[in-house]
Amino acid sequence: MILVAIRGLLGRKLRAALTATAIVLGVAMISGTYVLTDTIQGAFNAIFSESYRGTNAVVTAKTAFEPTAEGDTGFAQATLPQSDLDKTRQIDGVSAALGGVAGEAQIIKKDGKVLTSGGAPSLGFSVDPSQPRFNSLTLAQGAWPKANEVAIDEASYKKGDFQIGQPIEIASRGPAETMKLSGVVRFGALSSLGGATIAAFDLPTAQRMFDKVGRLDQIRVAADPGVSTPQLIDDLESGLGPTVRVRSGEGQAEKDASGTNDFISFLQRFLLAFAGIALFVGSFVIANTLSITIAQRTREFATIRTIGGSRRQVLGSVILEALVIGVIASVIGLFLGFLLARGLNALFDAVGFELPKVGLVYKPRTVIVALLVGTVVTLLASLRPAFRATRVPPIAAVREGAELPEGKFARWRPYVAILVAAAGLGALCYGLFRSGLGTTQVLLWMGVGALLIFFGVAMFASRIVRPLADAVSPVGTAMVAVFSVLFYPILFGYWLLRYGMFERRASIPKRIGAFLLGTLLTFFLLLPLVVLVMWVVGKLGLYQPEWPVERPGVIADPSSRALARENAQRNPQRTASTASALMIGLALVTLVAVLAQGIRNTFLNSVDEQFVADYAITAQNNFSPLPVSVEERAAQVSGVTAASGIRFGQARIDNSTQTIGTFDADTPKTIHIDWVDGDNAVAGELGLDGAIVKKDWAENRSLTVGSPLKLLTPTGKTIDTRIEGIIDEPTGGSPFGNVNISSEAFDANYEQPTNSYTFLNMQGGVTDANTAALNLALSSFPNAKVQDREEFKDNQVAGLSAVLNVLYVLLALSVIVSLFGIINTLALSVYERTRELGLLRAIGMTRRQTQRMIRQESVVTALIGAVLGIILGIALGGLLVARIDFIEFSLPVVTLIVVALAAIVVGIVAAILPARRASRLNVLEALQYE
Amino acid sequence: MSTNGAVVNARDVTRVYGEGSTAVEALRGVSLDVQGGRLTAVMGPSGSGKSTLMHILAGLDRPTDGEVLIAGTSIGRLDDTALTRLRREHIGFVFQFFNLLPMLTAEENIRLPLTLAGEKPDAAFFEQLIENVGLADRLEHRPSELSGGQQQRVAIARALVTRPTVVFADEPTGNLDSKTSAEILDLLRSSVSELGQTLVMVTHDAGAASTADRILFLADGEIVKDAGHMEPSDISAAMNELSR
Repeated sequence: MILVAIRGLLGRKLRAALTATAIVLGVAMISGTYVLTDTIQGAFNAIFSESYRGTNAVVTAKTAFEPTAEGDTGFAQATLPQSDLDKTRQIDGVSAALGGVAGEAQIIKKDGKVLTSGGAPSLGFSVDPSQPRFNSLTLAQGAWPKANEVAIDEASYKKGDFQIGQPIEIASRGPAETMKLSGVVRFGALSSLGGATIAAFDLPTAQRMFDKVGRLDQIRVAADPGVSTPQLIDDLESGLGPTVRVRSGEGQAEKDASGTNDFISFLQRFLLAFAGIALFVGSFVIANTLSITIAQRTREFATIRTIGGSRRQVLGSVILEALVIGVIASVIGLFLGFLLARGLNALFDAVGFELPKVGLVYKPRTVIVALLVGTVVTLLASLRPAFRATRVPPIAAVREGAELPEGKFARWRPYVAILVAAAGLGALCYGLFRSGLGTTQVLLWMGVGALLIFFGVAMFASRIVRPLADAVSPVGTAMVAVFSVLFYPILFGYWLLRYGMFERRASIPKRIGAFLLGTLLTFFLLLPLVVLVMWVVGKLGLYQPEWPVERPGVIADPSSRALARENAQRNPQRTASTASALMIGLALVTLVAVLAQGIRNTFLNSVDEQFVADYAITAQNNFSPLPVSVEERAAQVSGVTAASGIRFGQARIDNSTQTIGTFDADTPKTIHIDWVDGDNAVAGELGLDGAIVKKDWAENRSLTVGSPLKLLTPTGKTIDTRIEGIIDEPTGGSPFGNVNISSEAFDANYEQPTNSYTFLNMQGGVTDANTAALNLALSSFPNAKVQDREEFKDNQVAGLSAVLNVLYVLLALSVIVSLFGIINTLALSVYERTRELGLLRAIGMTRRQTQRMIRQESVVTALIGAVLGIILGIALGGLLVARIDFIEFSLPVVTLIVVALAAIVVGIVAAILPARRASRLNVLEALQYE
Repeated sequence: MSTNGAVVNARDVTRVYGEGSTAVEALRGVSLDVQGGRLTAVMGPSGSGKSTLMHILAGLDRPTDGEVLIAGTSIGRLDDTALTRLRREHIGFVFQFFNLLPMLTAEENIRLPLTLAGEKPDAAFFEQLIENVGLADRLEHRPSELSGGQQQRVAIARALVTRPTVVFADEPTGNLDSKTSAEILDLLRSSVSELGQTLVMVTHDAGAASTADRILFLADGEIVKDAGHMEPSDISAAMNELSR
C-alpha cells in the first residue's frame, strides 16, 4: 500500500504540488518568523551584554513600584544623587566605580532636521575614557569629548557628512545646542546599533543636557580581585541603604533588554498567529483537494478492496499520501522561511534599520516546530477524506461513475454545523464578555470560538450554496464585464498583435494593420515583449501556438453562464469548502476593517468634540513626549493666548497603578471638558493638592468631590490630594488620566516631566502668520511639530493606517492560500468532467465559451466566499466592538467593496489555468475518456 | 467445504432493490452450487439478475434474504474485516473494464493482492503464471502502455496469483474485440483445465459461454435452465428463447 500511495502521488505531481503550496506558505511564515525574531533578539542581547562587559555590579535608584508596560515609554527613570558615587567608592571590595547618565540626544543634520532612520532611538550618554573597563565605546577617529563637546557614531558621521572639529547641533531636553564634534565612536565590536544614533558627552555636559545636574542614572562598579559578585552586591546594598537597587552586570543587561524582549516576543506571537491563520485556511484547501481526488479514485479504492485490501490499508494509503505531502511541504516551507528571513534582514539593512551583525539565528526549535506543525496540520486535514475513502464499498469497482458514499452522519451534518457554530459563538462571547479573564485567556477563548464558528459555517455552507450561487451569479457576470471592459484594451491589443503575427490566412494589409494597432494598444505594457518571445519560441519549433487565434472573451453568454452556475451548484459540498477557505481570509479582513473603522471614527469624533485649541504640538513621530521646554518656548510666542501641556506619569493608588494626567488654567480653553462636577475654573485652582478624576473611575470607587486621594510616585514621593472635580469623556477617550493633578504638582513630584501634547490658542486663530511664528520659535526644537486640528487628526490616524496595512498584507497570505484552493478545485473538476466537456465541445460550444464557463464558475465560487466572509466578518467585528468600550460600530463600506472586488479578481485569476486546460481538450479524446 | 465438492453455495437467495412501491426484485430465490475445478458460466438477457447474482456470490453485495456460503463460510453475518480476509484467501476478480491501478506497473498490479495480504509469492508459481498469461516482456509497463487484451491478461494474472478458491469474471470479454476475446477465453479456459482453478463467469456472449463446463441461464431473477457444456449455436437458441 505504501507503493500505491507513493506512486499515486508521483502520478499526480502538479496536483500534489498545488496541495502542498497551501501548507508551504504557512510553514514558511512560521520558520521565517522564528529566524527573524531570534536574530533580532540575539542582536539586542549582544548589545546589552556588551554594554556591561567589564561591570560586576550596577547601582540604580529603587522605584517605589514597577511601572506597567504601557507606561514604560517616555517616563523617566528615577535617579541617584551624585553623592552616592563617593559612598560607593568607599565601600570595601569596590575597586572602581563610575557614574553615568543617559537620555535622548538627537543629532541635527545640516538642513536642521533630526538625523534618524526607521524610527530607531537617538541615544545619548556620558562617557569616561579614563575608565576603559566600563567603556563600551571605542574611538574610531578624533578624540574623546571634553566639556561641551560630543562624539557621534560612525554611521551618523557618514550620513550627516560632518567634520571633526567643526560645530554640530545636538538637541535634548532644551533647545538644540551647538557643540564641537570631537570624534567618532563605535559601540564595542558592533558596526551598527540597529540604526540608532549615538551621541557621547563627558559627564557634566551630559548631566546638563539631560537636566540631571548633580544626579546619576546608574553607577557601574568593578570588584576587587577575590570579591565575588553576590558579596559585592550585598556590600553595596548594605553600604548605600534602601533607596538603591543593586544588580549584577548580567542582571542589569537582562533588565535593560527586557523591554526589547517583550516587544520581540509580542512580534513573534503576532506573526505566528497569522501563520496559524494561513495554515488553518491551508487545512481547508488540503481537506477539500483530498476529498475530490478520493471521490475521483473511488473505483481504484473499490478495486483494492475487492482484491483483498482492508479498510485500514485504504486509510493508511491516504494518510501516508498526506504525510508525504505534509513532510515535503513543511521542509520546503522551512527553507522558504529561511530565505524570507534573509530577505527581510536585507530589507531592514536597506531601509536603515541595520541589525547588529551577529548573523541569522537558526535554532533547533525553529526546525522542529515548523516541520511538526506543517505535518500535523496536513495529517489532521486528511483524516476526514481518508475515513471517507474507507467507506468505498468493494462493489463500487463494478459500477459505472461511482460516487463516494455519504457518511453515516451525513444527514446530521447541518445540525452538527449549527451546534459547532453555536459552541464557537458561546466560546467567543465567554471570552469577550466574561469579566476577570486574563488577556491570554480572552485571546484563547476568542481564537477557539472563531475557529469553531469558521468550521460550523463552512460545514453549513453546503446547504446555502444553491441560493447563494443563484444570487451572486448575475453579480459575478456584471463584475466580470466591468473588469473585462477595464482590461479589454490590453487584451484586445494583445490579440491584435498575435493576429498580425500568426494569422497566415489573413491578408497582409490586415495583418500589418492589426499589428500596428495592437502595438499601439499595448504600447505601455510589456506585452509586445511577451509576444516576441512567443514568436521566437514558435520559430525555434519549441512550441506552436494554437490556430485560429481566439479573441479574448468578455462576458459568458447566457448558456455558459447557466452551465457555470449549475456546475457550482451540483456538488454543493465541494463548492462550499472551496469558498470557505476564501471566506476565512476575507472574514478576518472585514473584521479588522470594522474594528479599524470603529477606532478611527470614534477617535476622530472625540477629537472633534474636544479639540477646541488652534494648534497642537507633538513630536515628529506623533507620540513621543517632548520636554516641557517646548511648551515654555511656545507660550512665549507673541499672540499666544493659552498654552496647555498635557503630561503623563504613573502613580500607585490603593495598590493599583494608575496613569496620572495634568491640568492647568489654560487646559479648559484648549480642550472642551465635560464636567460632571465642577467647572472650568477648577482646572486653574488645583494647586499642589487638588485632583480631577474621571467619572467611571470615581463611580467604581464611590469617590466624590471632596474625597481624599493618596498618590505614590515611582520615586517614592507621596502626594496627598483631594478630589476637586469630576469629568466625563467621549467614547473615543480624552487626553487625560483616570486621575489628574496640576502641572505644578506634577513638576514638583516627577523627575524629567514631558508633554505628550501641547495645545495652543492664538490671537486670530489658525493663520499662516501664526503658524510661521510658531515654527520659527520652535526651530531650535527640531523634534517638535506644529499642527492645526485637521493635521493633528490626520497625523494621529496615520499610525493606525500603517498598522492596518501591515494586517492586510499578513491576511493576504491566507487569501493567496485560498486562491490555490480554488485553482485546485477547478482543475480537478475540469479533469473530472473531461468527457462532459468533450461532449459540450462536440455539440458546438466554442473554446471561448468553455473558458468563460469555467471562469464564471470560479467567480461564483469566490463570490460565495466573499458574501459569507463579509457577513461573518461584520458579525464578529460587531461583537468585538460591543465589547470594547472606546469603539463605536461603523461600517467600512469602501473596504468591503474592495474586499468583494478582490474576491472577484481571485476568482478570475484562479480560473486562468483550469479554463485554458478545459478549452484545449481534444474533443475526440475527451469523448473517449473513461 | 460443503457437500459434493461445491466451493460456493447459494440457498434461496433473493435481492430486492428499493422499498415499497418502487421495489425491484432482482433475484427471486436462487439456489445453486458451484463445483470446484470447473468453469461455470452465468447467462441471461439484460436485467435478468446475472450480475446481481455474481456480486452476491462474490460477497460484494448482501442478499436481502437467503444464505451464501463461500468455501464453507456463511457470509451473511461476517463483518467487514472478516469479509476482507475471505476475499483475500478465497476470491479473485476479473472485471469488464480491467480495473488496474494506473500508477503501478503490470508486475506490481499482479503482485498487489499478495502485497495487501502481506505474503510473498511462490517464485516458481509466479514465473509459471507470467508465462501462462504471456506477459514476460510487459512486466515493467504501466496499464496505459498496454493494449486492452494485455491489460485483461494482467487482470487475470492478478486474480490467479493468490490461487483463490474461486475466480469471478464479470463480462471479461465485454470490452475487447473478437480476436482478443478468443485469446482471453483460451487463457481462462486453460486456467481451469490446467491449474484446476474454479471460475464463475458472467457473460452475454454465446461464444464465451461455450467454453464453460456448465451454463446457468437466468431470466427475471430466477435460474430457468441449468445445462452442461453447450455449443455456441445452441446457446444462442436458448437465449433467443429466453428473450421471447
